[in-house]
Amino acid sequence: MLSYAIRRILGAIPTLFIIVTLAFFMMRIAPGGPFDSHRRLPPEIEHNVEAAYNLDKPVYQQYFIYLDRLAHFDLGPSYKYKDFTVAQLIETGLPVSAQIGISAMLIAIILGIVLGTLAALNQNKASDYSVMSLAMVGITIPTFVTAPILTLIFGVYGLNLFGHEVTLPVGGWNGGAFKNMILPVTVLALPQIAIIARLVRGSMIEVLHSNYIRTARAKGLPRHLVIWRHALRAGLLPLVSYLGPAVAGILTGSLVVEQIFGIPGIGRYFVQGALNRDYTLVLGVVIAYAALVIVMNLIADILYAVLDPRVRFD
Amino acid sequence: MVTPAAARNAELMELAQEVKGRSLWVDARRRLYRNKAAMASIAILAVVALMAIFAPLLSPYSFNAVDYNLVSCAPHWWPDTTVMCNAGGAHWFGTDSIGRDLFVRVLYGARVSLAVGLVATLVSLVIGVTYGAVAGFAGGRVDSLMMRFVDVLYSLPFIFFVIILMVIFHRSMVLLFVAIGAVEWLTMARIVRGQTLSIKQKEFIEAARAAGLSTAAIIRRHVIPNVVGPVVVYVTLTIPAVILAESFLSFLGLGVQEPLTSWGVLISDGANQMETAPWMLIFPSLFMAVTLFCFNFIGDGLRDALDPKDR
Repeated sequence: MLSYAIRRILGAIPTLFIIVTLAFFMMRIAPGGPFDSHRRLPPEIEHNVEAAYNLDKPVYQQYFIYLDRLAHFDLGPSYKYKDFTVAQLIETGLPVSAQIGISAMLIAIILGIVLGTLAALNQNKASDYSVMSLAMVGITIPTFVTAPILTLIFGVYGLNLFGHEVTLPVGGWNGGAFKNMILPVTVLALPQIAIIARLVRGSMIEVLHSNYIRTARAKGLPRHLVIWRHALRAGLLPLVSYLGPAVAGILTGSLVVEQIFGIPGIGRYFVQGALNRDYTLVLGVVIAYAALVIVMNLIADILYAVLDPRVRFD
Repeated sequence: MVTPAAARNAELMELAQEVKGRSLWVDARRRLYRNKAAMASIAILAVVALMAIFAPLLSPYSFNAVDYNLVSCAPHWWPDTTVMCNAGGAHWFGTDSIGRDLFVRVLYGARVSLAVGLVATLVSLVIGVTYGAVAGFAGGRVDSLMMRFVDVLYSLPFIFFVIILMVIFHRSMVLLFVAIGAVEWLTMARIVRGQTLSIKQKEFIEAARAAGLSTAAIIRRHVIPNVVGPVVVYVTLTIPAVILAESFLSFLGLGVQEPLTSWGVLISDGANQMETAPWMLIFPSLFMAVTLFCFNFIGDGLRDALDPKDR
């Protein structure tokens, strides 16, 4: 078991290494230096600027300098936010992004499991069909459509709830106030709820038809115990391996959601950085995100091996 | 002199000719025809595609003709009469923030979105099928090395790399096609490899090898035709994914550039104006959502039709 985990962790290192290398050389082949401006700098100053960012050294040396810094969690200075390093920018954005991302993830997992299980238990009945068509909607309609439309409904027109006019804030962060989180988290969670519900439904149907469930029923176990103790355990296993892709999906969604709702998270820095051609910032965020996804995949794999006795550690 | 056995044989052959076997494809087509959701989706998609192709003929307005007298104007049938202005005329979907006809722009957006969907999917198809077939057919160490590489790429949030590509190299349509296609081939490669591995064991491959066919010829003539089923299903599911990816980039301002447009650009513009001009958000969103729905229904329908377990 432990050796399996160690082997998987060692296996993740080359992946990370490939990403960093790929990212670095993509940055290097970018046409034009980051400090090209309309005004031509005097050659001495230009030389000084390049020296400050190590751009005067051969590329392979720059690569090793970058790797060395990266090993110390230093992603270099931002090209556009002159007084900040990329690491500092990520540090300010990360808690905000994490707060939305984790909330969305938890909601998606809980609602996804509940809806998927409900659909599986009522296979081919009205509730199954309604859950599955809702899931289809959730999967096909992208975040950048749901976000403005939900904003239009709940933010602009307002909702009449039990005689109270409820209007949610359409943007801003306000230090992470609950009201400000409702819309972004909903938008982020919707597609994941849909995917998880479909996933859980499929695997639960398969499990419910298996022999050991029939045995559990035959020995007279009440229905809720059969579901709770036997079916859910096996039925939720595929969800574990979906954790990695789910995180990737939430991260991708956060780009749009943070942009639309004006939330000061990493996703917004990334988009702004991309539009400003702030290469170091963009690459720093990509490396951070890729690392996060790899770690989640790793955790999912190990968790899966722990939970599923059929997986052999070889 | 005809022996009785030979005569019997000829008779059987004749019978066999009469009872025409139903091939997998005929079967699958019949099942697909019976699937109402899939057939309706095909019809709707055909209409959208035709409208996109003949866009210039469908409206008197050009897609980039600016009319500053009609900025963000509602279509003449708009129910809410408190809007700033009414476009009137043949502006069926109203006008956008610089007075261009929204109907034509939605159709031009459909052109770009559908074109990206088709071309990028084609790119992913070529890369994925070739890669998967080679890996599956080579087997052994080459296979595990090639698939390990796919695993590595799989664990990346790849849209981010597309964004970097779009930032570093100036945004061009060709790059958009290639970049998105280069991202979407991974699952295709996995599917094809799995199929290839199982087909490789079949006798007819052994026979082809015994007949002296080269590996390349075997892959081309025998392996690829046999993996077409799952690939077709996956292609119909890749097209909406690609359309989505392109719109996502365009929404963030990293895709198609003015005056060209795509659904992502239109939705992005619409989102900025939704309080005063909701039609700018509603129509492109509607077109895109319906198109994505249709592709998904067709994909599901094809999967059901081609699934041998269902027979």
